[in-house]
Amino acid sequence: MPAIFSYLLRRLAILIVSIVIAAAVLFLLLRLLPGDPANALVSVGADPEQIEAARRQVGSDLPLSEQFVRFVSSLARFDLGNSFVSHAPVLPEIGKRLAVTVPLTLMSFLLAITIALPLGIVAAVKADRWYGSMISVVSQLGIAVPVFWIGILLVTVFAVNLRFFPSGGFPSRGWQRPEAAFEALVLPVVTIAIVMSASLIRYVRSAAQDVLGSDYLRTARALGASFSEALIRHGIRNGAVPVISILGIELASTLLGAVVVERVFSLPGLGSMLLLGIEQRDYPNVQGVLFISTLLVLLVGFAADLAQRIIDPRLRGRAAGSDR
Amino acid sequence: MNGLTTRTGVASKSGSRMIGTLKARAMTAAALLLGALIAGSAQAQDFDADATINIGSLYEPQNLDNTAGAGQGINEAFNSNVYEALFRLTDAGNVEPVLAKSYKVSDDGLTYTFTLQPGVKFHSGDPLTSKDVKFSIERVTSAESKSSRKNSLKPIAGIETPDDATVVIKLSSRSISLPYNLSYVWIVNDTATNLTATEDGTGPYELEDWRRGSSLALTRFDGYWGQKPTNGDVVFQYFTEATALNNALLTGSVDIITSVQSPDSLKQFKDNKDFTVAEGKSTTKLLLAYNDRVAPFDNVKVRKALARAVDDAKLLKAVWGDYGTLIGSMVPPTDPWYVDLTKTDAYDPASAKALLAEAGYPNGFTFTIDTPNYDPHPIAAQFLQTELAKVGVKVNINVITANEWYSKIYKAHDFQATLQEHVNHRDIVFYGNPDFYWGYNNPKVIDLIKQAEASATTDEQTAKLKEANTIIAEDAASNWIYLYPQIVVSAKSVTGYPVNGLNSQFFVSGIKKAD
Repeated sequence: MPAIFSYLLRRLAILIVSIVIAAAVLFLLLRLLPGDPANALVSVGADPEQIEAARRQVGSDLPLSEQFVRFVSSLARFDLGNSFVSHAPVLPEIGKRLAVTVPLTLMSFLLAITIALPLGIVAAVKADRWYGSMISVVSQLGIAVPVFWIGILLVTVFAVNLRFFPSGGFPSRGWQRPEAAFEALVLPVVTIAIVMSASLIRYVRSAAQDVLGSDYLRTARALGASFSEALIRHGIRNGAVPVISILGIELASTLLGAVVVERVFSLPGLGSMLLLGIEQRDYPNVQGVLFISTLLVLLVGFAADLAQRIIDPRLRGRAAGSDR
Repeated sequence: MNGLTTRTGVASKSGSRMIGTLKARAMTAAALLLGALIAGSAQAQDFDADATINIGSLYEPQNLDNTAGAGQGINEAFNSNVYEALFRLTDAGNVEPVLAKSYKVSDDGLTYTFTLQPGVKFHSGDPLTSKDVKFSIERVTSAESKSSRKNSLKPIAGIETPDDATVVIKLSSRSISLPYNLSYVWIVNDTATNLTATEDGTGPYELEDWRRGSSLALTRFDGYWGQKPTNGDVVFQYFTEATALNNALLTGSVDIITSVQSPDSLKQFKDNKDFTVAEGKSTTKLLLAYNDRVAPFDNVKVRKALARAVDDAKLLKAVWGDYGTLIGSMVPPTDPWYVDLTKTDAYDPASAKALLAEAGYPNGFTFTIDTPNYDPHPIAAQFLQTELAKVGVKVNINVITANEWYSKIYKAHDFQATLQEHVNHRDIVFYGNPDFYWGYNNPKVIDLIKQAEASATTDEQTAKLKEANTIIAEDAASNWIYLYPQIVVSAKSVTGYPVNGLNSQFFVSGIKKAD
């Protein structure tokens, strides 16, 4: 398949250029923040020599250009370095954090799709019934409510009052005790899924409405297909294309958007590592997290694009980058 | 020989630390009553000797090495639990020998000879020797050390190890606080490496696992030389949100919270028979620190006027309800050199206005308070803004992060005034350093603080520091607003924890959990 091969190559090139640009922007933005990573290492009582020693240790005494050269050269060797503050290597730490954030994101995502697909289709097909419009109204409401508020509400009801689930935290042995780890993720997953499905319902509904009003559906029925046959054979395929691109965006934004939920539930995920890293100006940690998450986001976009091409033959002939 | 001079230290920190274990969340009233009776009589038999104690905290260590910028969290988790020092600051505020079995001081006060506790082993199995002690002290005084106590060990001129059980420290000048300062020097094995991620101490617990961003697990060390802990394992669980931490105690996933930060959240524990609320002592002071180098704060009258213009009691009540203490200077009541100075420049807006006029500001002036962006600073800044407006002084509030605070204020001294909580104990010494961020420079105070350290007796030291204390209050060197309370909340089933948490430390080996 030479077409798909050249497409993959072009996509890869775009991926690499995006990462390089993202890394450079990251580097500069971080240095524009007031403060100094050495400050996280000293406390009240430290004398000026100690502060200078800390600056030398983290390299913040060097000119910006030299810091940039160091940054790029280690990045080129896929070396994300060690945290300024904890001295721990960044990459293995990110791995541990992904063991929380990725299951959290994927489970939320699957739950959201499970909720949103049927409800979205019902809302479109039964728009004239009270429950059809009810779904639309409730999903509108779900979009308006902040995610941390839903998290706090769920904690109050299901953790503090009913004691069904832990109120926060992650078991100290992590996934070595799968049931405890899973329990710790239930409320965070539900929190994200509620918010995510609220917006997904609206996309699914409008995609379904487009399909219902489409000419090809009418034609298929005129040729003798039943409503459900026409819907399954033609409707879902056509309706899936815009929904998949939304799903890709939602998945990517949840990966980073999980930071709020991680904070509400005190989860040791990627988002909390990023947040703490920014507070402490721990450049290696922040750069590492953003680098890896940029990579993940771009990969998710790539996967969504690929999925669309598989579903919709019309997209296959087009060149990468020139289309949507 | 002068014999042993033990200091009554004091201390504290602030902070916050928490611990707790809790399990019995559904005790009936009858069981409670029974429990209370047992606790009174035969408590010693009524606990689970292998229990896991879950301690909830907001202060995760940044790494595991207290000379590498690990923050206050490491002191909470490791001090006297994983690492021990020659001396320890007890929860009551006294300095007692730990790895130093005994010590002698020469008549000139310049030579300290320490005899080490016999039979002490590191967690790796190595025996403790004088070389380990020398190595450990030199880690704190080294060029790379981030320890905030590095300066206080400057009088050390040399360390000798005549035999495995003896350490001789030679001083260049008398330092009556040496044993106290050595309580900050954790004794580590001199062959240990990678101490930011691992440990090799002599304490009653060894590190089992550290999951960054989540928890730190300690387990009882069977080869411990001292008294065996009354529990089996201790897990520090770290939270980023106080509400999440409170919920964890309410739902039984942690047993103790050692530092509740708002009186609002206390109600849910106070009205609940399953929990114990204890108020301990703190040394955390909230300060409005002026830059005494710049006008108008170089004028004593202006500083005194602002001290009189602010109703500290009202702010304390607003933030802490009935908890906390008013202070008139940097020294809290638990320090030996405490003097009640709350009457000095007490709240009196009329005389504040008169003083401002005398100082040449009859119509007031405008200044900026650099305010850290975390509680209680923003609310305190707004309160000050309102109070000072009443005497014609206009306040601008500039909110900054903790990290920026170090760059702008601590290092560059680029500020007019700032709010800050000072958690260290015995930190009146900062007023003896004219290069400190607030730039207070009174030769008499500098001299008194220096002489106090060179004292031959604690009485002499205390007298000198009391005098210095009184002078800084008279000078209104800073505006000391209040002393934080230290509030520990635990499940009823858990006892034996320290309530003061001096210097953020939290000794866990005596914690008992009811069966």
